[in-house]
Amino acid sequence: MIGRGTNVWITGGGRGLGAGLARVWARRGARVAITARNATELEATAAGIRATGGFAVALPGDVAAKEAAHPLAARAQEALGGVQVLVLAASALGPEPLRLLGDTDCEDLERALAVNVVGPFRLTKAVTGAMAVSGGGLVVHVSSDAALTPYPTWGAYGASKAAFDQLARIWAAEVASLGVRFLSIDPGDMDTALHRTAVPDADRSQLQDPAEVAERFAALVDRACVHENGARLVLAAEAA
Amino acid sequence: MIAPARAPRAPDRLLRFVRVDPRAHALTVAPRSALVAQFAPGDLLVVNDAATLPASLAGHTADGKAIELRLTGPIEADGTATGVVFGAGTWRARTEGRALAPSLGRGTRVVLAGGLEAHVIAVDPARARLVRIAFDGRGDALERAVYAAGRPVQYAHHASELDLWEVQTIYAGRPWAVEAPSAGFALDTAMLVALRARGVAVARLTHAAGLSSTGDRAIDAALPLPERFEVPAATVRAVSRARRCGGRVIAIGTSVARALEGNAALHGGRLVAACGITDHLLGPGARRRVVDGLWSGLHEPGASHFALWTSFASEPILRRALAVAEAAGMVGEEFGDGLLILPYAPVPAA
Repeated sequence: MIGRGTNVWITGGGRGLGAGLARVWARRGARVAITARNATELEATAAGIRATGGFAVALPGDVAAKEAAHPLAARAQEALGGVQVLVLAASALGPEPLRLLGDTDCEDLERALAVNVVGPFRLTKAVTGAMAVSGGGLVVHVSSDAALTPYPTWGAYGASKAAFDQLARIWAAEVASLGVRFLSIDPGDMDTALHRTAVPDADRSQLQDPAEVAERFAALVDRACVHENGARLVLAAEAA
Repeated sequence: MIAPARAPRAPDRLLRFVRVDPRAHALTVAPRSALVAQFAPGDLLVVNDAATLPASLAGHTADGKAIELRLTGPIEADGTATGVVFGAGTWRARTEGRALAPSLGRGTRVVLAGGLEAHVIAVDPARARLVRIAFDGRGDALERAVYAAGRPVQYAHHASELDLWEVQTIYAGRPWAVEAPSAGFALDTAMLVALRARGVAVARLTHAAGLSSTGDRAIDAALPLPERFEVPAATVRAVSRARRCGGRVIAIGTSVARALEGNAALHGGRLVAACGITDHLLGPGARRRVVDGLWSGLHEPGASHFALWTSFASEPILRRALAVAEAAGMVGEEFGDGLLILPYAPVPAA
């Protein structure tokens, strides 16, 4: 149960699902640190949480930058007094607008892998050892159905999310005995900036509100212990 | 004289250690792969989870004199910190040979790399290079600026500039250390998993490991300076559990021994969950109340580490251990080989 006494660090925490999760957990009394590149938006999200009595600190930074990993992790540890839960919600599409793989620049694939796989891996590496010697922790990967289904034009994103899911499974298999748990959660399609970039002409009334998804996502994380370590969960199916 | 390791351990370089049994006066040399087997089910390893700050800040005074400021401890919540001022130059020069620092009086403003500014709020009366400073800014904005401006503290025995990730242990948490709690470099994830499988417990504390050398005779004579520590309740419970079950408490690094014994010294001989500052020094014959064994890097007699070892084993056997290490071609300092001082038989509960 994430609430009072829990320290949570969320990447992609300036807007969308990440910001929604920060608000939900801060409302329940958790200490929350959020990271994103856009410092202005990030600070506004943190300030909004503090204005309603929550604990939130903005840690601006680029999760894809190699040099940023240890400074970010150390700043999160210092700001929170230890990180017990890491939620990796920052994502990049790759080519914008989306393109078929044959028309995707290699650099765009590299960018998707950097933001969605390698950067999160660095942050995970930087915090799981501390979790292990503190009695355990939880790392949540925000996934997508594009990790499983080969949607045309979603190749860079889908391949990166498939790798991200598999990283969670293998981490779990390796460090389960140390008390560190991993989950991948597919939240379903949401009305977010990322979705608007991917599908500009989508009918937004058909998309989930990220704030509402955050409530159900948080409830699912609370039940994390009933799932196998490393499990991949789909939020939509859980909602019923 | 043991040669210092000049760079972080390459993955293919075998780490070895000298095992000292202080009671049997026995010495053996073993590869790191034999380390986990030295511990018995029920033993407890305590690690220092302090992350290492980039505590070397290059800059200049307001009137243009070059300085290097090396923090001696973590940055306080109010944006103040203590540091040692060096003159022009870098880590490539031996600290003893560095250009004399300009004298910084109270109120002197300094401009550090990246535009980070600070001013001197106090100067140690006996040691003019030891200053208390207030940074402009505080909180995460200040932490961020220090990470942008700072470099890891390092020394002339290193071959090249160290990256921040090369001075972190795998379990690094809050950035309180200004030099890495480097005994922990020997531990990796595979070893944590193997220890768990063997029934050897691991617990943590946080100790603000300070500078090991400054080249200033008056400051070096006072090292280690008082250092901040935090021992969590879970670690106090883990120590009690080990004691009850006849397990041994093994400090991973001298900073852990200092924090545990310093904590007990502050609390009438009992280990309690607490945050504090310790000036406790362990030396020859010092009474230990908590720690039974020590894992450490290899350091020469004269270093403060060696003095601390002598509370675990006699000086003659430690000197023999270093001679054995040297003869075996082992290397010393933070990226080097190791020393394990641990009695073979479990210590009876005190």
